[in-house]
Amino acid sequence: MSQTHHVVVEVNGVKREADVEPRLLLVHFLRENLGLTGTHIGCDTTNCGACTVLLDGKAVKSCTVLTVQADGRKVTTIEGLGGDGKLDRVQEGFVAKHGLQCGFCTPGMVISAYALLQEKPHPTEEEIKTAISGNICRCTGYESIIESVKYAAKAGRRRKSPGRPSGRRS
Amino acid sequence: MIPPRFEYAAPKSIGEAVGLLKSRGGEAKVLAGGQSMIPLLKLRLAAPALLVDINRIEGLDYIRESMGFLRVGALTRVATLGRSALLERRYGALHDASLTIADPLVRNLGTVGGNISHGDPSNDLPAVLLAAEGELAATGPSGERTFRAEGFFVGTFTTALAQDEILTEVRIPVPPHRSGGVYLKVEQKVADFATAGVAVQVSLGRGSECAKVGIGLTGVGPTALKAKKAEEAMLGKKATDRKAVEEAGELAADASSPASDIRGTEDYKRGLIRLLVARGLERATQRARRGA
Repeated sequence: MSQTHHVVVEVNGVKREADVEPRLLLVHFLRENLGLTGTHIGCDTTNCGACTVLLDGKAVKSCTVLTVQADGRKVTTIEGLGGDGKLDRVQEGFVAKHGLQCGFCTPGMVISAYALLQEKPHPTEEEIKTAISGNICRCTGYESIIESVKYAAKAGRRRKSPGRPSGRRS
Repeated sequence: MIPPRFEYAAPKSIGEAVGLLKSRGGEAKVLAGGQSMIPLLKLRLAAPALLVDINRIEGLDYIRESMGFLRVGALTRVATLGRSALLERRYGALHDASLTIADPLVRNLGTVGGNISHGDPSNDLPAVLLAAEGELAATGPSGERTFRAEGFFVGTFTTALAQDEILTEVRIPVPPHRSGGVYLKVEQKVADFATAGVAVQVSLGRGSECAKVGIGLTGVGPTALKAKKAEEAMLGKKATDRKAVEEAGELAADASSPASDIRGTEDYKRGLIRLLVARGLERATQRARRGA
């Protein structure tokens, strides 16, 4: 067995190849190998959710996935939402309803909210709370984040979701 | 935090995976959802020479009823349990537990097999299996072995699985008509370990008395515990029989051996067990009446 493994990961619709050590965490691959620093490292202990990305369409903590596990799979990061200079409706919601203060948790929050709206376009408040319960925010007290997600859901009723990522829905 | 160096293999079959585990003796570990294993690696509490990633093995992700059992493949994600209408209808304790495990992000990767074979006394599924008289199937070098849930959890982080065996299927007997199950958990915050948890499974007789009772406890001993004396105390009794329910709670609290820690004192946790057992018996009976 070699020390490194060749991986091909589709990140935000683009195939990225690298030879990586098995111990390289997905979040480090994204930030350091690919320079996608929108995905944050908060607690580094699987608690805070700042590193949340979509793996084959499911929201996961990228600090708790090995890069080799993502071989042949699709990853969507915060940089992959929206497109053509436009924000995704979830991002718009966070702007409109002040869903952030310091902004550190925001990429993870947005990804979790995005995954929720893909699965449940019209979530109840309880479903929103559950969906973001793996993401910690130390500024807002969460109320404005919940309002932001509601805003995004309403925006989705007015128009079709613009920035559907390449992540597979299962 | 960066894990120590390890070798990595992602076999496509159980046979190949078992072969790798066997060839490396105690130096190899299975990687399933990774939601316990990867934190252990990062904290350097585990340092296996080889990680055998079983996620590329097909056919271990299913939920179905056949031949008298609910059968759940070991690689089924916890999130999948939570979405199952079958579980919600007929396996209430398993469904409840799947919605309280960690948080939704962890549940998207964490597996049923991992939650059980990790042997963590704070994990939620072991108590459900103990209450529901579950069974476990594992494959090793000499073929498949079946275990009863009772006796499977040997010690903290230790199960009856051999080092070169892989858990493949979790089984729960299809409950008879008028059965119900519930899982109740107290935690300080989302994704914390349970301060205490209780799984209750009941089957009612003609007069709504308990014809069968299973009670499993989470987080109050070196392993998940089966509160056998409490189960026996409820046989033939109704959940409305206050004295019997109190007695069952007391016996379950006696069976537990919680440690005082940041989540509560020993006394507080025993108190929780008394309360959750009583509440669990009541709610499981309600579900049984609805036929859930």
